[in-house]
Amino acid sequence: MEGSFAVAEAAKLADADVIAAYPITPQTHIVERLAELVANGELDAEYIPVESEHSAMSACIGASAVGARTFTATAGQGLELMHEVLYIASSLRLPVIMAVANRALSAPLSVWGDHSDVMAVRDCGWVQIFAENGQQAFDLTLCAFRIGEHPQVLFPVMVHLDGFHLSHVVEPMSLLEKSQVEKFLPPYTHPFALDPDKPVTMGAFAGPSLYMEAKKAQDAALRSAKEVILQAWQEFGKISGRYYRAVEHYRSEDARVLLLTMGSFSETAMVAVDELREQGEKIGLIRLRLWRPFPFEEICQAVGDAEVLVVLDRCLSFGAHNGPVCSEVRAALYPQEKKPKVVGFIGGLGGRDISVKEFQQMVTRGLERAEKEIKEEVEIIGVRE
Amino acid sequence: MERFAIYVPRLLPQKEYFAPGHRACLGCGEALAVRLVCKALGRQVIVTNATGCIEIISSPLPYTSWRVPWIHSLFENTAATASGIEAGLKILTKKGKRAAKKVKVVAMAGDGGTSDIGLQALSGAWERGHDFLYLCFDNEAYMNTGIQRSSATPFGAFTTTSPAGKLSIGQTTWKKNMPAIAVAHDIPYVATACPSYPFDLIDKVNKAAAVTGPAYLHILSPCPTGWRYTPDLTIRLGRLAVETGIFPLYEVENGKYKLNFDFPRLRPVGDYLSLQGRFRHLPQEVIDQIQARVNAEYQKLKKKAA
Repeated sequence: MEGSFAVAEAAKLADADVIAAYPITPQTHIVERLAELVANGELDAEYIPVESEHSAMSACIGASAVGARTFTATAGQGLELMHEVLYIASSLRLPVIMAVANRALSAPLSVWGDHSDVMAVRDCGWVQIFAENGQQAFDLTLCAFRIGEHPQVLFPVMVHLDGFHLSHVVEPMSLLEKSQVEKFLPPYTHPFALDPDKPVTMGAFAGPSLYMEAKKAQDAALRSAKEVILQAWQEFGKISGRYYRAVEHYRSEDARVLLLTMGSFSETAMVAVDELREQGEKIGLIRLRLWRPFPFEEICQAVGDAEVLVVLDRCLSFGAHNGPVCSEVRAALYPQEKKPKVVGFIGGLGGRDISVKEFQQMVTRGLERAEKEIKEEVEIIGVRE
Repeated sequence: MERFAIYVPRLLPQKEYFAPGHRACLGCGEALAVRLVCKALGRQVIVTNATGCIEIISSPLPYTSWRVPWIHSLFENTAATASGIEAGLKILTKKGKRAAKKVKVVAMAGDGGTSDIGLQALSGAWERGHDFLYLCFDNEAYMNTGIQRSSATPFGAFTTTSPAGKLSIGQTTWKKNMPAIAVAHDIPYVATACPSYPFDLIDKVNKAAAVTGPAYLHILSPCPTGWRYTPDLTIRLGRLAVETGIFPLYEVENGKYKLNFDFPRLRPVGDYLSLQGRFRHLPQEVIDQIQARVNAEYQKLKKKAA
């Protein structure tokens, strides 16, 4: 099954009530499939074919606010057009679930994958989770409903699957039975849904005397959502046999050098690690699954005694010290007494692949930079001069 | 009008769903219109409000003027939010997840939120045919941010971004015809109204709320702050806007026009313009130009309603 269909299947199994979506490559297969499921009566939902992504997220907000289980999907420019609406969903504590088929940002126009779209909405207050293959996209979408709708969470959740690399690749998949999902996913009820019998005011305005308190409370709530996220993944593991963690490890135990990736490129990185291990290199890989709330403790633990940490970003933060993931990881490690040297690389932009060989080059080059303490910070891998 | 004071309490629902104590300016035509609309709509509604005067004056945390469920999300997405609310209620009712009780979805926005920044979302919602009532409270500029021009600002009006000066008469474009845009979407009910005609307004709200599918009410809401007049003139200015033919009251039901108030002879536009500071700078030839335009538009409307 294709990654996109797997995501649609998860929304179907979750029995989503409202889907509001606007088509954009490479998200289209997700929403086409959902529209088809609704048209065939396989999913009893209202499908709103909105006129823009801005309206897609706005309609999701309306639907979620009356207590409907709500799903949408987008990518790239679509995610950017939603930008201001994303903050409303998280700030009004409406658990809209969204799959993002990660795509580069124009100009020049590119429909292919990278993480520029995600990074631009990094601080919008959503729970953000990365999938590394189609199976994970299915699993994590299903888990997203349970996480977001949990009464202690009530936050919207983005499940990131790399455009084309995951959205359009066909893989063998293990789905779940309806009965299993029903046990895993309780019905959604919003404690303050819009209801004439219990009128509430949602989305009031706050002057300087209240705004900061509201935002502090929101931040605290998002941070404490981590506990529920880990719990949900644990429960999901029990029914599916597939367990997820905030930071995943691969042959990292005694590693001197660690690679850090996020999303589908992790699987290529694993092959690179295997080959280097065969050559006797003490190398491992850690993969960031939970992007928001950021798993500070888990990152520090995962790094262990490694001497060098090579971080790959699939987003160029123009004029910045380094890529967003690298900057974040380095900041997380900074207060630690014992910490590795962190070396950042940027690559895989606009759908360009990173080969196993390039990952190995990154390790070699990373070690070189760490040893020589080279100051130049932003290094792009796989680019012509 | 005086004798109405005796009967009005019996003619209107007494219950207020838009509570007093809000922070609208003295003499605000929009707050009055919202109050009347809420009286007419009653309890079984969910209101979604665009950013703007009404939103700001009615919801300063931790207070609210809303005795009905109310949600504000952004400026330009009110119609899209309403789409989601309507779809949500529909499917939850169908799936038996909520009681099968009729709840009207009502969207409220100003003229900027409707005819400028929110037009795309509104057009989309109309085209998709959602069952909701959309109310545009038109005070003819961005009053909440300090009287900037919108596409609904009338020709010749002074605003802070269409100032009158040596080279300018103020707003140099004619008011965008929002009701005509609504009619072009083939929606079942479109009407204009004004709080200076409270019974007409309430009748139209009732009629619009009873429609299945999209309904649009365009409500002229005189604004003492932005139009530059003393607050005691709000009702009179609404009446003059209608009596001069500048803002005729009409309905379009399933494409059929009906003029609600016709006048054998329209009052001269000067009667309306001269009471407002925003038109103070206009020379006679511009007033004549406005008069000619109003006459022509009124005749066009009469023809449609004939």
